[in-house]
Amino acid sequence: MQITAEHVIKFIELVAARIKEQRDYLTRLDSAIGDADHGVNLDRGFTAVLTKLSSVADKDVGAILKTVGTTLVSTVGGASGPLYGTAFLRAGMATANRFELSGDELLAALEAALEGIQTRGKSTRGEKTMIDAIGPGVDALRAALAAGDDLLTALQKGVAACEEGMKATVPMLATKGRASYLGERSIGHQDPGATSAYLMASALLEVAQGA
Amino acid sequence: MKKLINAPENVVKEALAGMAAAHPDLLTVHYDPDIIVRAGAPKAKVGIISGGGSGHEPMHGGFVGYGMLDAACPGAVFTSPVPDQMLAATQAVNGGKGVLHIVKNYTGDVMNFEMAADLAAAEGIEVASVVTNDDVAVENSTWTAGRRGVGVTVLLEKIVGAAAEAGADLASCKALAEKVNNQGRSMGMALTACTVPHAGKPGFDLPDDEMEVGVGIHGEPGRRRVKVAAASEIAEMLAGPILEDLPFKRGDHVLAFVNGMGGTPLIELYLMYNELNKILTGNGISISRQLIGSYITSLEMAGCSFTLVKMDDELTKLWDAPVHTPALRWGM
Repeated sequence: MQITAEHVIKFIELVAARIKEQRDYLTRLDSAIGDADHGVNLDRGFTAVLTKLSSVADKDVGAILKTVGTTLVSTVGGASGPLYGTAFLRAGMATANRFELSGDELLAALEAALEGIQTRGKSTRGEKTMIDAIGPGVDALRAALAAGDDLLTALQKGVAACEEGMKATVPMLATKGRASYLGERSIGHQDPGATSAYLMASALLEVAQGA
Repeated sequence: MKKLINAPENVVKEALAGMAAAHPDLLTVHYDPDIIVRAGAPKAKVGIISGGGSGHEPMHGGFVGYGMLDAACPGAVFTSPVPDQMLAATQAVNGGKGVLHIVKNYTGDVMNFEMAADLAAAEGIEVASVVTNDDVAVENSTWTAGRRGVGVTVLLEKIVGAAAEAGADLASCKALAEKVNNQGRSMGMALTACTVPHAGKPGFDLPDDEMEVGVGIHGEPGRRRVKVAAASEIAEMLAGPILEDLPFKRGDHVLAFVNGMGGTPLIELYLMYNELNKILTGNGISISRQLIGSYITSLEMAGCSFTLVKMDDELTKLWDAPVHTPALRWGM
């Protein structure tokens, strides 16, 4: 199978719906170790994204993702706005003029997104951030594709690794972002950014499975 | 949650509308992106802008006016503003002499200001930035996002605003801002938590008989949670780490800022100023200037912070220069 521009539109719509459903949960996670605004901010951003989707419905994957990125940058604020905004912008640049993505092209887009987040956030793995969910997910997807898995199977493995990575943030000590001010007290809480990243990954899988 | 609001999602815009109605002589409010711009600012000077999450009023919008900020960018409550706001503010105040961004050291603020500075630079506007990081409560800067920008931000905006008003160029404004940041240290404490309107409940639990020492301005935890103590002991807990850190020395002259977190009455702030004055006097440090009041707040949080800036003739002259904003006014 391939990921089409139509799938990407459905993926974004599903992310917006999941974020809205999980808004209070994300905010609750953030209030434990951050500043209690993650769910509200992302919901504001993806609600704005939904109003823009019709203008790119017939466009290539790159154009769709770039529109998502610029809209998030302009509406979310906080740290997650620049981070997710940059991620979608970079993924959009990697998929410019493409109407269908092979597994390798999807992988390249996700790698570009991850690198964008690391650069913008000056962060790396093990610091209790969204990178701890996205990084293992991208690794597992890459390994599965290299081993010859079909795209759907590879995505399942990637999302499973992403979920593991999200759960692995619970015992981590935060050293980036506002949670870092808690020091030892950040241990024992799941990172809200890793959680929203997993929500997005599972939405991508759900769309691929329905395709 | 009991608050004087209509709906949580409208708090920032409705408060901005109130500011616009109250101070048309000083400022103009633009919406989408939301920015507060000084009315009638001369264009032939360096533009000074700042911004950050709302909920810290009067910072920053209350400091827009003569001799301080040319524009402010208010984000959602406790959420950094977006790059569109800083870009619009930068464009609005740019008169060709460049624009200084005053940024408090929080991950989101720094990233959003960086993106805006890139966009402004792409338009050919010269932008310089200073990041304030004066909160000594953050002990381990290596393993955290670094020291937070708190009370020094207010004093820096006044001092650098005065320099820009007097015609200082962009490089001088940036150097001056760094000097104030480098010579200033702060620490705060909370007696109660605060409630972000859209969250609906307090950001953290603080039992009736405990206080958070070293709290951040979003209710971020500080160095430790301890039993509530006498004001004299609390003053020692805040002043001690500040004095040690710079360090402030015998014979120094300081600007002493006792700030309320939003829910603290002025009588308690003056009581704390009295304690601070005793501590400084005992250490041979003299207070040459002072500011007492709630200027960098955390919604309705009860508590206070101390900020000390080591002063010299240059800084004192700029501090004394006339200022006319909604929240600070003297000399005119």
